[in-house]
Amino acid sequence: MDKTVNQKAWFLVLPVFLVVAFSAVLPLMTVVNYSMQDTFGNNQFFWNGVGWFKELLDPSTDLGGRFLASLGRNLFFSLVILAIEVPLGIVVALSMPRQGWTVAACLVILALPLLIPWNVVGTIWQIFGRPDIGLLGYVLNHIGLDYNYVSNDIDAWVTVIVMDVWHWTSLVALLCYAGLKSIPEAYYQAAQIDGASRWAVFKAIQLPKMNRVLLIAVLLRFMDSFMIYTEPFVVTGGGPGNSTTFVSIELVKIALGQFDLGKAAALSLVYNLIILIVCWIFYTVMTNAGTERKHQEGAA
Amino acid sequence: MHSIPGRRLVMALFLIFLLLPIYWLVNMSFKTNAEIVSTMTLWPHAPTLQHYKRIFTDESWYSGYINSLEYVVLNTIISISVALPAAYAFSRYRFLGDKHLFFWLLSNRMAPAAVYALPFFNLYSAIGLFDTPWAVALAHCIFNVPLAVWILEGFVSGVPREIDETAFLDGYSFPRFFIKILVPLIASGIGVAAFFCFMFSWVELLLARTLTSVQAKPIAAIMTRTVSAAGMDWGLLAAAGVLTIIPGALVIWFVRNYIASGFALGRV
Repeated sequence: MDKTVNQKAWFLVLPVFLVVAFSAVLPLMTVVNYSMQDTFGNNQFFWNGVGWFKELLDPSTDLGGRFLASLGRNLFFSLVILAIEVPLGIVVALSMPRQGWTVAACLVILALPLLIPWNVVGTIWQIFGRPDIGLLGYVLNHIGLDYNYVSNDIDAWVTVIVMDVWHWTSLVALLCYAGLKSIPEAYYQAAQIDGASRWAVFKAIQLPKMNRVLLIAVLLRFMDSFMIYTEPFVVTGGGPGNSTTFVSIELVKIALGQFDLGKAAALSLVYNLIILIVCWIFYTVMTNAGTERKHQEGAA
Repeated sequence: MHSIPGRRLVMALFLIFLLLPIYWLVNMSFKTNAEIVSTMTLWPHAPTLQHYKRIFTDESWYSGYINSLEYVVLNTIISISVALPAAYAFSRYRFLGDKHLFFWLLSNRMAPAAVYALPFFNLYSAIGLFDTPWAVALAHCIFNVPLAVWILEGFVSGVPREIDETAFLDGYSFPRFFIKILVPLIASGIGVAAFFCFMFSWVELLLARTLTSVQAKPIAAIMTRTVSAAGMDWGLLAAAGVLTIIPGALVIWFVRNYIASGFALGRV
């Protein structure tokens, strides 16, 4: 059904617009302002033009090197966790019990990690993984693996990735489960009559129905992993060395650690721009998928 | 719903994977620090409540829980009340720049908190809200309001438009229609949106920590105090962690029947 054109609707949107503009536009203006200046403390600012941006995108400078390295690490991290969490989430959603009290029990346990404050997630894995007092670290070291996330780069990476899988796979699983629940039983009966195999049912019925929620899941997971800060910071502090320093950790280090406002602001803007572009791509794909589906339904 | 072979095993393994680290935290919170450091025990051999007692009797500890809950509740109320009319507008009307506005809102949900930490600090210091629950509640609106609009829009779209038209024909004014008819119809949607607002405000720490110093410090930030000259107070840290899981677990328990439809964001 087509919506009616009504410009007065702006009055209904106004509160949201004001609240979000207050917390998004005002601070962003400060950021733009800072990004063009340099400061030597004492609230003295000097015009620096696009200097910071040039430095930021040039890998040979200190700032640029740090930024591009953390960006690379972050992209790699996002791709790895997506490659694990999306298939695993689908499998878990397909493994949900069909009915009875176990459904509610599974849902509650699945949702549990999502409601734990992020630094507590970090704390849990910090404790769990320590070789001296943690079950995981203790067991791994006793079966002969030399595991220590504080000193070994690879162990630190594995810990951070497993932690993210632990933390967020449930989100993908719950989204997929919601998609699966919306499939009418008649579809399955039809498939059975046609003698469709398990795989065919998955490919022809379940996957298309999960399309939309999967898109949402990938979008949310990509974005959230791209701005991950608290959990790895608590566990590894960005270390050992800089091996798990993601973009947000680098940014906070520069902004709140060194109070290099100009550099931090320039980094923020580029960071935000990347996110905006990715978000726009997803949004376009999503709305296109939506209208296409409507057309198909309209034709049928 | 049809599932895959071996699903019980898969589910059981995954649930164990989820619960094991949490069990370890709970286990540790009941041990004495001597037991934690000296031996590896799968369950507390000398169970103690000393860590919990310390948290509940020391004001600097338990006030953290109150502070956290205060800004989470404030944020949920603000987010839902501004998002409701907007969700109705997006669902029913077309207006100048509606698509752009919706995208702009969504893009704010995706904005990294680290970008905003410093400017927020400046902004809320300037207007005198620094170190109050209001600062954190308003700051968390940047990602919760767009999310609430998104979820509620889906639920409002599920209400047939004939209901609006009938109500207006019956002489309902817009505010009366909104409160008396629309809100009860999408009550479960409001619950779902409130759940998500609660969740994302409760788990966020970076902004909450940056915008508070003493008066409104959230529990998650107070936990970092367990590092002292005498080393880590692991038992206390674990007990504080367990207590931060409980409000979330309670909330999930209340909405367990709506979780599935909630995660569909009302629009599958």
